[in-house]
Amino acid sequence: MRFMMMVIPKGYEKAKPGAMPDAKLVAEMAKYNESLHKAGVMLSGEGLHPPSMGARVSFSGGKPKVTDGPFTEAKEVIGGFWILQVKSKAEALEWAKRCPMPDGDIVEIRQLQEFEDFPADVQEAAAGEPALREQLEKKAKKR
Amino acid sequence: MDPSATHSVANSAIEAVWRIESAKIVAGLARMTRDVGLAEELAQEALLAALEKWPGSGVPDNPGAWLMAAAKNRALDHFRHNKLIEAKHEEIGREAEEGFTPDFDAALEHDIGDDLLRLVFTACHPVISTEARAALTLRLLCGLTTDEIARAFLVPEATVAQRIVRAKRTLAEARVPFEVPRGDELAARLSSVLEVIYLVFNEGYSATAGDDWMRPALCEDALRLGRILAELAPGEPEVHGLVALMEIQASRFRARTGPLGEPILLMDQDRARWDHLLVRRGLAALERAEDLERSAGGALSPYTLQAAIAACHARARTHAETDWKRIVALYDGLAQLAPSPVVELNRAVAVTMAYGAEEGLALVDAIAAEPALRGYHLLPSVRGDFLMKLGRLDEARGEFERAASLTRNTREIRLLLDRAAALHPGLRVVK
Repeated sequence: MRFMMMVIPKGYEKAKPGAMPDAKLVAEMAKYNESLHKAGVMLSGEGLHPPSMGARVSFSGGKPKVTDGPFTEAKEVIGGFWILQVKSKAEALEWAKRCPMPDGDIVEIRQLQEFEDFPADVQEAAAGEPALREQLEKKAKKR
Repeated sequence: MDPSATHSVANSAIEAVWRIESAKIVAGLARMTRDVGLAEELAQEALLAALEKWPGSGVPDNPGAWLMAAAKNRALDHFRHNKLIEAKHEEIGREAEEGFTPDFDAALEHDIGDDLLRLVFTACHPVISTEARAALTLRLLCGLTTDEIARAFLVPEATVAQRIVRAKRTLAEARVPFEVPRGDELAARLSSVLEVIYLVFNEGYSATAGDDWMRPALCEDALRLGRILAELAPGEPEVHGLVALMEIQASRFRARTGPLGEPILLMDQDRARWDHLLVRRGLAALERAEDLERSAGGALSPYTLQAAIAACHARARTHAETDWKRIVALYDGLAQLAPSPVVELNRAVAVTMAYGAEEGLALVDAIAAEPALRGYHLLPSVRGDFLMKLGRLDEARGEFERAASLTRNTREIRLLLDRAAALHPGLRVVK
């Protein structure tokens, strides 16, 4: 199973454009990433610029509305993420516990949804291909 | 929380720690004891100690160091009580004393990569049978239980247990040194390692829906082993070649069976359902392998060639966009480097796609008498496909029927008989 491991740095919602973590933290993070690679569990990972460089699109009455960052109402924002291939939630948690985080930071793990996790009707909706839909219908008839 | 729930939470945490740490612990102990079998037993004892202690005390801050310390204590007891060779005893005592200093973490990390690599080469030593190598590798490097290995390989647990015991004994009797082979020996020993990893991968890849979930999980274990090996031996192009091959093959996992578990051929797969993260990783690994092999001035290795073929499919957005001429060239290389009737059969398929069924049929007919292909259902299946393309429908139908009679996989039989039935002009098939 796959997990997204996200880091929520303290105060990152207010960070200025171009803000970067300090070199010491980056060095520790590099070492940590190496341990993930060496354990064969890291599929990918990226760091994110602060929200002050991003924008949000909110939807209301069927219309998109663009707001430039920073977002005053946001309390916790993501600073980066990893995609891990692990055998259990406990394994993902074990890796999250080893993350070299400064005080006040949060690491959150969330399992990626797989096609097999969906109930039949969602699978059907997700199956864009007509042939696949046909097969699912056949399967439904058999039940 | 009731005590049993706490217990199970602690147990899953212990399992997770074990998955992350066990290979490092076994490898470290094997370096000290020079005995892989003993190292594994000591590691198991440490695991038992954790299962006893941690549900009450909680998981320690550095669980890997805790397990290593527990295993080392048992190693010391073992050597004290058994009065083994004095030199070995001293070595252990010294290692352990150094290890118990406050800087234990650093000691644990130190050289652990080398130890892991030694463990890989030892578990995959050619002195033991391929099956036993696979079982031992899963046990020592992936931390799988004998029960899990047995379920994955569809054999009784006792068989796996016996294979592992025998393998450990053979390693001890042959006095296989705990080291990474050098020079001329390295290439042959590395092939032996890669063969085991790919065997494990294929065991999982050939599993079908409804099989025990342990079987597909083998693919993940093999991929993980390959990725670990690529980190441990980054300069070995073949390792990256194998990783590339496995990443790309695994990327098709979701697309290669239908909702009823029936196989979907590569040409019919919904490419949007391929795992593009794995495709990207596979292409990157392939590039590494090709760069390393080119700068070494050698020809591409068989795994790299196979990965390059898989990459041609991965890069094509539709089946029609496939670069068949390049695939033919790659198969030509593979046929020279690692000739086999199965490679030849695949080459014939590529030739048909690139240059027409006439030429492909000639290649297939040239190998039809190969003893290795006798009873191999894909031979008539492929031949039937070529005949169909040439409009020789009656012959094609006969080949599909023959292919169906040669396989025991019920889903494949169905697929082949459907293809045969489709060739009855104007005949309505009554089901």
